[in-house]
Amino acid sequence: MPTRQCAIYGKGGIGKSTTTQNLVAALAESGKKVMIVGCDPKADSTRLILHAKAQNTIMQMAADAGSVEDLELEDVLKTGFGDVKCVESGGPEPGVGCAGRGVITAINFLEEEGAYEDDLDFVFYDVLGDVVCGGFAMPIRENKAQEIYIVVSGEMMAMFAANNIAKGIVKYASSGSVRLAGLICNSRNTDREDELIEALASKLGTTMIHFVPRDNDVQRAEIRRMTCVEYNPKSKQSDEYRALAQKVVDNKHFVVPTPCSMDELEDLLMEFGIMDVEDESIVGKSVEADQATA
Amino acid sequence: MCAMKRDEAEALIQEVLEVYPEKARKDRAKHLTVNDPNVEQAKKCLVSNRKSVPGVMTIRGCAYAGSKGVVWGPIKDMIHISHGPVGCGQYSRAGRRNYYTGHTGVNTFGTMNFTSDFQEKDIVFGGDKKLEKMIDEMETLFPLNKGISIQSECPVGLIGDDIESVAKKKTKETDKPVVALRCEGFRGVSQSLGHHIANDAIRDSVLPRRDDDHSFESTPYDVALTGDYNIGGDAWASRILLEEMGLRVIAQWSGDGTISELELAPKAKVNLLHCYRSMNYLARHMEEKYGLPWMEYNFFGPTKIAESLRKIADLFDDKIKEGAERVIEKYQSEMDAVIAKYRPRLEGRKVMLYVGGLRPRHVIGAYEDLGMEIVGAGYEFAHNDDYDRTIKEMGDATLLYDDVTGYELEEFVKRVRPDLVGSGIKEKYIFQKMGIPFRQMHSWDYSGPYHGYDGFAIFARDMDMTLNNPCWDKLQAPWKKVA
Repeated sequence: MPTRQCAIYGKGGIGKSTTTQNLVAALAESGKKVMIVGCDPKADSTRLILHAKAQNTIMQMAADAGSVEDLELEDVLKTGFGDVKCVESGGPEPGVGCAGRGVITAINFLEEEGAYEDDLDFVFYDVLGDVVCGGFAMPIRENKAQEIYIVVSGEMMAMFAANNIAKGIVKYASSGSVRLAGLICNSRNTDREDELIEALASKLGTTMIHFVPRDNDVQRAEIRRMTCVEYNPKSKQSDEYRALAQKVVDNKHFVVPTPCSMDELEDLLMEFGIMDVEDESIVGKSVEADQATA
Repeated sequence: MCAMKRDEAEALIQEVLEVYPEKARKDRAKHLTVNDPNVEQAKKCLVSNRKSVPGVMTIRGCAYAGSKGVVWGPIKDMIHISHGPVGCGQYSRAGRRNYYTGHTGVNTFGTMNFTSDFQEKDIVFGGDKKLEKMIDEMETLFPLNKGISIQSECPVGLIGDDIESVAKKKTKETDKPVVALRCEGFRGVSQSLGHHIANDAIRDSVLPRRDDDHSFESTPYDVALTGDYNIGGDAWASRILLEEMGLRVIAQWSGDGTISELELAPKAKVNLLHCYRSMNYLARHMEEKYGLPWMEYNFFGPTKIAESLRKIADLFDDKIKEGAERVIEKYQSEMDAVIAKYRPRLEGRKVMLYVGGLRPRHVIGAYEDLGMEIVGAGYEFAHNDDYDRTIKEMGDATLLYDDVTGYELEEFVKRVRPDLVGSGIKEKYIFQKMGIPFRQMHSWDYSGPYHGYDGFAIFARDMDMTLNNPCWDKLQAPWKKVA
């Protein structure tokens, strides 16, 4: 079996890193060999697997050593729960430098050093919120991630972000083999959330691969810098992640997404009562102006 | 008059345009025209200062070239940092031949390359920390520097490196001007924007430094000599004429110039501007803020020099007017001898020029003094006001070409068959291989100066040795010659 490379995208704060690490933990538990590549300057994609605050990143070590050529693979690769290999690309403090270039450099380094050549079953790229520039699209370019999972919830902005990410995938799907592999709903307990995400998935031409309910076990595990799967393997939530893992293993539904227009998306949100029916007369009106006309 | 008639020249332009696809043809057609000296405004016949068409091999440079290479680079007692990867600074190092006096590496730094030499990590984590460190190191290693300019290369703009706050901090620490310039190469359509950015930085960071300092003892004869970059010693050959006529040059911008000369210029009585394109912004600013009048002049060839000296003298008293006449008289016999020697060897020869933003119009008089004729001229980065000035200098039915493409210039030259082409290093070998004598008119082909009376003697000699070089009739193999 060749290594399956998957990238996880989604709106910032949606729970990408938590979902990814729990999913990876479940995969590892079932005997799969997995690597996580954190593609976010915050470098928080591997802490639950490594029980660490933040892993030393490729870019930081490269800067300390002089250049990325001075690094060895074993310097940057750490092994955590279930023999999951962990690496963080890293990047600058907010407001300086170019985080996108950091991702590009780090992934090139991993490729050149043969990090993917081991008999890995899965590589997961955990990517920062939005695909803001070319650097953050690096994991989905040619010969990298083939499958993309978007983590989403029933909140309006999360769905907008999912649609935007789908647009980005179309660009690279049309020139390469990257495909949208499904939506992972990380529940926020909004009304009819599962139906809504399923409807969004079908609009994007994909499926909601799994609905992950909200459970405080996840937070309890996080305080201990652990995945839920490791902290409380018998919990119901751990079974949810195992189910998600199994679905990912079995997944064969890879598509070129069909992102919707803004209007379509708004219609969908109105249908589910997340957005009010548009009233042109209130657009651009302040409270004051509103009261004046009332 | 020109060898081509108007309709022939117009037909030639049409023919050259034919190979382009529709869109490019439409665009390029606006940049090519046949001159009519009676047209009042260039905008009626020509479009300039527009984005080049991709794929046509434009000869233009970038904003960094305009700021670091042209305006700031020659200021000799400052250190100019090429902030970004090593190439921009290294490949342009010491190539412009703006001469200066001083001890390089001690109190002057003109031909050295200072670069922050960006590595991958500087892109990712930002180059501002490295910039600070290198300024500290420069203060230790080169304590006699009088200031620092930070010239941005492209990546600096892409990553949003905060060079302004470094400049601010280091200005305070060193008590010298540390000036940040946003002259990233991808900005604007040519080096012209770099000149403007550089001018604005001098306006904001340098000139105000002596606004409240009235200790400078001025005389009624103080002038600033601006827009001369001292290529091959041009500014020196110009300055002596001004001094001989009784003026005092208190600032020379920026060839062989110093930071204190930059600061002093507003205290002059008149600002004499040679390269209008690259320094008109500052001339206008100093006129507005300091009430400093400015005047364009031309020191190429005895006719234009005499004309300019008299125009300059007209702004002063009789003493200076007499001085101007004395200077003209002094060099008259020398110039007559130069013309007597070279004019017979050059008379009637045709020249096509393609240079930056000033010389295509400014050198016309010098060629005419030698009996030569300009049959085509164009600029890399001129604006409409430059072409306004050019139209009047050029003969009827001559070719004007703006931001000419490699292909267009070659075709024009093939058809017009001038006796001499004057342009830059990228054009040189193409035309020489076509068997056409060529002079580099950016660097004076490693010669110069060409300004002033001294410069004209060298100019005349160089044109003669290029045009009448015995190599040109040896281009055909002996066995291919018709007996």
